[in-house]
Amino acid sequence: MKNNIKYLAILALGLVACESEFDNPIDEAGVYSSGEADFSNFVALGNSLTAGFADNALYITGQENSYPNILSKQFALVGGGEFTQPLMADNVGGFAGQTATFPPRLVLAFDGEGNPGPAIYTGAAPSTNITANLGASFNNMGVPGARVYHLGFPGYGALNPYFGRFASEPNATVIGDAVAQSPTFFSLWIGNNDILGYATSGGVGVDHNVTGNTDPSTYSPQGLDITNAGLFESTYKALIGALVSTDAKGVVLNLPNVTTLPFFTTVPFAPLSPLDPSFGPQIPTLNATYAGLNAALAFAGVPERAISFSASAASPVVIKDESLEDVSADLAIALAGTFGPLAPIVAAQYGQARQATANDLLVLTSSGIIGQVNQERFDELVGLGLTPELAGQFSVNGVTYPLQDQYVLTPAEQSSVENARQAFNTTIATVANDNGLAFYNVANDLTQAASGGIPFDGGLITSDFVTGGGFSLDGVHPTPRAHALVTNGIINAIEIKYGATLPSVNPGDYGTVTLSNDVGAN
Amino acid sequence: MKKLLLLVLFALVTLVTYAGGYRVSVQGQRAMAMGHTGVAVVNSAELVFFNPAGLVYLENKLNISAGASGIFTDVIYQNSDLGISSETDSSVGTPLNLYGSYKVNDWLALGLGVYTPYGSEVTWPTDWAGSHLVNNIELAAIYIQPVVSIKLSDKFSIGGGPIYVTGSVNFNRNANRTLTDIDGNRSNITVDDSGVSNWGWSISAMFNPTENFRLGFNYRSEIILEAEGGEATFSNFPNSPAVPANGTTTFDAELPLPAELSVGLSYQFHKKWLFAFDYNRQFWDVYESLDIQFGTGTTSLNTRNYKNSSVYRFGLQYDATSKISLRAGYYIDESPVQSGFFAPETPRNDSQGYTGGISFAITPKLAIDASFFYLRFEEVNESYDFYQENGQNVPFSGTYKSSAFAPGLGLTYKL
Repeated sequence: MKNNIKYLAILALGLVACESEFDNPIDEAGVYSSGEADFSNFVALGNSLTAGFADNALYITGQENSYPNILSKQFALVGGGEFTQPLMADNVGGFAGQTATFPPRLVLAFDGEGNPGPAIYTGAAPSTNITANLGASFNNMGVPGARVYHLGFPGYGALNPYFGRFASEPNATVIGDAVAQSPTFFSLWIGNNDILGYATSGGVGVDHNVTGNTDPSTYSPQGLDITNAGLFESTYKALIGALVSTDAKGVVLNLPNVTTLPFFTTVPFAPLSPLDPSFGPQIPTLNATYAGLNAALAFAGVPERAISFSASAASPVVIKDESLEDVSADLAIALAGTFGPLAPIVAAQYGQARQATANDLLVLTSSGIIGQVNQERFDELVGLGLTPELAGQFSVNGVTYPLQDQYVLTPAEQSSVENARQAFNTTIATVANDNGLAFYNVANDLTQAASGGIPFDGGLITSDFVTGGGFSLDGVHPTPRAHALVTNGIINAIEIKYGATLPSVNPGDYGTVTLSNDVGAN
Repeated sequence: MKKLLLLVLFALVTLVTYAGGYRVSVQGQRAMAMGHTGVAVVNSAELVFFNPAGLVYLENKLNISAGASGIFTDVIYQNSDLGISSETDSSVGTPLNLYGSYKVNDWLALGLGVYTPYGSEVTWPTDWAGSHLVNNIELAAIYIQPVVSIKLSDKFSIGGGPIYVTGSVNFNRNANRTLTDIDGNRSNITVDDSGVSNWGWSISAMFNPTENFRLGFNYRSEIILEAEGGEATFSNFPNSPAVPANGTTTFDAELPLPAELSVGLSYQFHKKWLFAFDYNRQFWDVYESLDIQFGTGTTSLNTRNYKNSSVYRFGLQYDATSKISLRAGYYIDESPVQSGFFAPETPRNDSQGYTGGISFAITPKLAIDASFFYLRFEEVNESYDFYQENGQNVPFSGTYKSSAFAPGLGLTYKL
């Protein structure tokens, strides 16, 4: 019996469970490396792109899919520490009770006919308290809306609740709160809003590279102006100076061409189709009416501005181009015979009008108003003495009432934006080089997305609105999938500069736009 | 004594196996201990499974064998390009078997078996990198089989009988790689069905050229489990007409339990020593695709394209004392999964099995049987290349390594 027990005991040794183990487990040292960099305390600075803002709002899943957060997970394999973010309270976005200024996110909804389109999510009300302060120590310091000069502006938290949420004190600066965390590694992607606000508003603001104004306190409080390039340079240098003062290493990103964003490329310049039942039948009448105006334009010496609509192809919208010479006075004379005392009113409407060309960019927000009666203009015309019938005829956006400045980025305005961007990018590349920082030319990648697409394992990522997978429903901010691309670009730049070895992420594992029909009545 | 120790060591260090796909070869404690050989071993009522023809050669009138094993499996996955890794939840499968035989007269024996030759239990972390292929799966099939064993001569017998199978499945995976509801919860689908039954059969023969040498043959038919009207649950889908609605619907699917052919021999080369060899051929090529048809009209097609596979089994038995028998075995198990079809729901590549075991006779009638096996898989770089997104194949690849360990206990009673 003793022997029998011995055999059983020996057999029992075999019962020790066997765990599988790889020859080269990725969580062991030697597979990846941080090179010369130290990712133990990574702080990300920037604007909405860094914060994870998408679909016109900041919400939790957008923050979780922000490129700094994705990056931090790769850093974690080579000594990266915890990465904290000032998370919103929900996935609705916006602030409680502030839906006019901070509306909830957009979702992709289908209307009754099955057509998809962006719509404001109404499945729940925003619950994030606009005044709550979460504390000052967050690794993601991205502040939606921030321009280059905002990061060093004391008291910016009072102007921008997205910073107010985690400012250390009322007079805090973003850069001060970042440096106070003693980052060992930082990222900085700033300057987009210094041109974007001007562009998305169709160039209604002021280009301070023309005015030479370097005092940001006098700039448009709505962020409609283009920042002066000299101001950009001095501010950017100061920001980097502060960040490298503690010997931190870092990566900086340049600014992509905003005019390739779907916000500017989705609405065609010639959207007026003769097949549209609400437009096509009116073409003969419209052309007959415009014939009179075209004669007047010829009289005014600008026959090239003649307006007509094709019965066989889609026609360009009529826009107001404020760079054109205003010929209202000549028009008023020429039109007096037809319109009598109303001639000056009609003349004023077309003094700087022309039809759009392929070089004009219509903003995304124009898609809902083209062909619709402009109520404001209608009321105005009625007030000026037109009959409601006539007022209605002269108030159709883009057809009889030229699309106003905020809906069109004309070639002259595009040049202002592009010149500023080039100047800013020169500064960014130079400062990165002077300070020995990693530099990611994200502008190149966006160009590729806009001109053919960037391949991934599930197809192509392009700049096409909704279907391209790169841009969220606001047409400006990236999707999680595009954040994954940016992450890979940054990783590549870090590997080159600091000799690190890091795994990339698979963009196919990251989503694009969010579906929901919780959008109220539509 | 020295010999005994050597044998035990052999049992511990040699390789043993179970089988590829979702075949779980643990159909008897005594056979298991000998590398799961048994088509030509006349030893216990385990013959109901291994070779019913041999039952008639058992010495006793009544033979009963019962046993259960706990299978501890561990699968790890990593993709070093992406820095991701996952490990399955150490699930415990418990294959059971119960066999009885009764010798009616000198030339006729009847038997009954209940056993679980197919099953799978794999639980990955929810929402892991391959969650669009599987989060977790649990398959089980219980075979119930009456058999008849007829001795045609002292050298030759035949056997066989019908098989009734009842099976169940529970399978959850995410809808695709990215779809979520508004809060980022991954959209997923669970299919669940049980009591799925069908019939099959087995036929066998045994030939004893000499007193110490036996040859065996056994063939078990293919059985297709057809789930009809099972329950499919859609969860965390966003509220949108573009995707399925949350809630339950029905599903139909077919899962083949492939046919298996076994041939083998046993040789009693010493009074106390028995050697056995089995060759199994498993006809996995029937498993071409796992197609799930939902009640909503949508279909999920999952190419499997398995190939037929072979298992080579070697076993040794040593009757150490009148009360104790020691056993050891080794087997080489080919995976039916072809390269490029390596789906993480059955992450099996070729493996080697090492088995061992002991029987201890408490009384002349009753013995305790213990067995174990350890299944060793080589690390493998593999992918499943047939997952589609927008009509494009999106491979899921990485490095896998598996191991399985199963201790088991059983009782043998003879009268």
